[in-house]
Amino acid sequence: MAYFLQIVFAGVALGCIYALIGMGFSIIFKASEVINFAQGEILLVGAYIVSSLVFDWRLNFILAVASGVVATVLIGLVFERLVLRRMIGRPVFAILMITIGLDTILRTSVIVKAGPSPLSAPAPYTITDGFNIAGVHLGANDILTIMVTVVLCALLYYFFQFTRYGLAMRATALDQEAALAAGINIRTVYALAWGIAAAIATVGGVFLAMGTYSIDITLGSAALLAFPAIILGGIDSVAGAVVGGIIIGLVQDLTAGYESKVGVLGMGIHQITPYLVMILVLLIRPYGLFGTRKVERI
Amino acid sequence: MSASPKATATSTTLPTVNSAPPSRLLRSRASRWIATILVVAVVVIFFSVGNDDWFSIVNYTLIAAIAALALNVLSGYTGQVSLGIAFFMAIGAYTSAFLGGNRPSSSLDPLGLALPFIIWLPAAGIVAALVGALVGPSALRLKGFYLGIVSLSLIFIGQYIFLNARGITGGPQGRTFPIPAIGGAAFDQQNAFFGLALTTGQQYFLLNLVVLTLASFFVYNVMRSRAGRAFQAVRDNETGATIMGVNLFEVKMGAFVLSSFLAGVAGALYASFSRYIAPDYWSLTLSIQFVAAIIIGGVASVWGSILGAAFVFGLPLVIDHFNWLPVGGSGIISSSDLNALLFGLLIVVFLLFEPGGVIGLARRGQALTRRFNSHKEGGESAEITDLPADQ
Repeated sequence: MAYFLQIVFAGVALGCIYALIGMGFSIIFKASEVINFAQGEILLVGAYIVSSLVFDWRLNFILAVASGVVATVLIGLVFERLVLRRMIGRPVFAILMITIGLDTILRTSVIVKAGPSPLSAPAPYTITDGFNIAGVHLGANDILTIMVTVVLCALLYYFFQFTRYGLAMRATALDQEAALAAGINIRTVYALAWGIAAAIATVGGVFLAMGTYSIDITLGSAALLAFPAIILGGIDSVAGAVVGGIIIGLVQDLTAGYESKVGVLGMGIHQITPYLVMILVLLIRPYGLFGTRKVERI
Repeated sequence: MSASPKATATSTTLPTVNSAPPSRLLRSRASRWIATILVVAVVVIFFSVGNDDWFSIVNYTLIAAIAALALNVLSGYTGQVSLGIAFFMAIGAYTSAFLGGNRPSSSLDPLGLALPFIIWLPAAGIVAALVGALVGPSALRLKGFYLGIVSLSLIFIGQYIFLNARGITGGPQGRTFPIPAIGGAAFDQQNAFFGLALTTGQQYFLLNLVVLTLASFFVYNVMRSRAGRAFQAVRDNETGATIMGVNLFEVKMGAFVLSSFLAGVAGALYASFSRYIAPDYWSLTLSIQFVAAIIIGGVASVWGSILGAAFVFGLPLVIDHFNWLPVGGSGIISSSDLNALLFGLLIVVFLLFEPGGVIGLARRGQALTRRFNSHKEGGESAEITDLPADQ
């Protein structure tokens, strides 16, 4: 039982990270109908910057995270302003591909700048800290991940429900032309979406790195597991991204915890169970748990 | 200088390079002959003077061009985003390994049936196409970006399967792949065909060239057929295509299966030429390289696939061959990283400014010179020369 609870706890913490990354995907998608394939590498760049600020520049952890967030938000804004805005009205194909271009540029820049060897993950405390309750080890990084996710979700909820720009973003997501007619500045909305997505991706990246104790070039593909999360939750639902993220995190950690006991599955099936869940969801309920039913089947 | 209404109606769906009005048909046919002769001459000259290193570079490029062509069928002509091409190449490669590989001499060796080359190469394509037909429905029934995400998951699911199916893939250590052989003459040795002694590189070169040429003609002609026009109609406007009586699902499946077939053949050729591959070769990065190749070379273009493959896959090998980059030390960029940085930038630049890739640039240049020439001769107006002509 303790083993099971241990896994559930770790799964929820991992799911919170997917929730953070997934929210970034769905915020951008709601605002501009763009699936940003570069999200994973924005996260990677963020985590690298934070790590090098903490370990090379001896900067305070909080300050380093703040600077990392600023840097990735800038990358997101510049890309949105200089590239994506010119692509408005172009086919989905071209827009997806251009985010893949950004993805390649960011990943290669990190490889060139930092070399192939992994960096250690920054953390505000000894990374293996934590305490035990009834035989369940609650890792400090997991607790912090969950807390920060809850706080960020609350902030985003407040932002979307009660602020002027949050309202503008919701209106744009509902009907872009009507929003324009009501005097909403769509450019600000796009910029906000990219800024918020980059910021929470960086925070997610720092926690993702803490979970594996190191940052290497595969961190970006770990972030791709947020795709199953948003498909499960419904791609145009920010709340769905949170629920989907936590479910996917649980699924992944539960299979990781029990796969060794089921010999036939072979090694590493936990790396693909999220994708299997996603394909199942696409076959049965392609708009996900909370998405609007506008997905068209042919 | 007016084309008949019927001709323009059927041809507007397919703008091609050959867009000269009838009076220039002769000249364009002549220029096509000249181009063909030039290509043949380059091939013959290369064939006689190239050394082993160059044959290796060119062989990898030719194989990459087949795979880029496969992706172009799906993404360029039919407009479906896919990141799964590496997966289908792997299916082809492992099919060839299973059918054509040596029989295991100990229980630790991966399986192989030692079937002849003439069976395992087509089988590689067919099995990849079957797998494509199997996974297609889950993604292709949904409009938009879903194929992109599902094909992404194929890469990871594939990695898991390839790591665990030790009997066929050799597990994490990888395995060797079969060598083509014609009439007992295996390509890994020097063989004499028709009294001509050919090295390994030369034999593979001829094989790859034949496969690429066949694939190119096939794709080029399919795209001018009813099916090909349906592909492109789906890309340009799904609703419009449906109204014209195109069955969206059938068309997408057709493109997906054809693309998977070509990718499977390319995968088998690649594996055979590199002799030894571990499962982690078939990665997302490989897929992205092919995406870059078709965008830079030219979407919906046979020559674009070839040029793109040469840039993305050939160029780093050329750079390494000449040691253009300083070696060793810290902060020094490797040729593959330099290339990745370059093609990442080029994806963005081309999509922003010239979505037709290098081929699009060439067409633009051609249109400009033609306009310039027609003004010089005081002949027809520039508008007419831009009309797509009869096929």
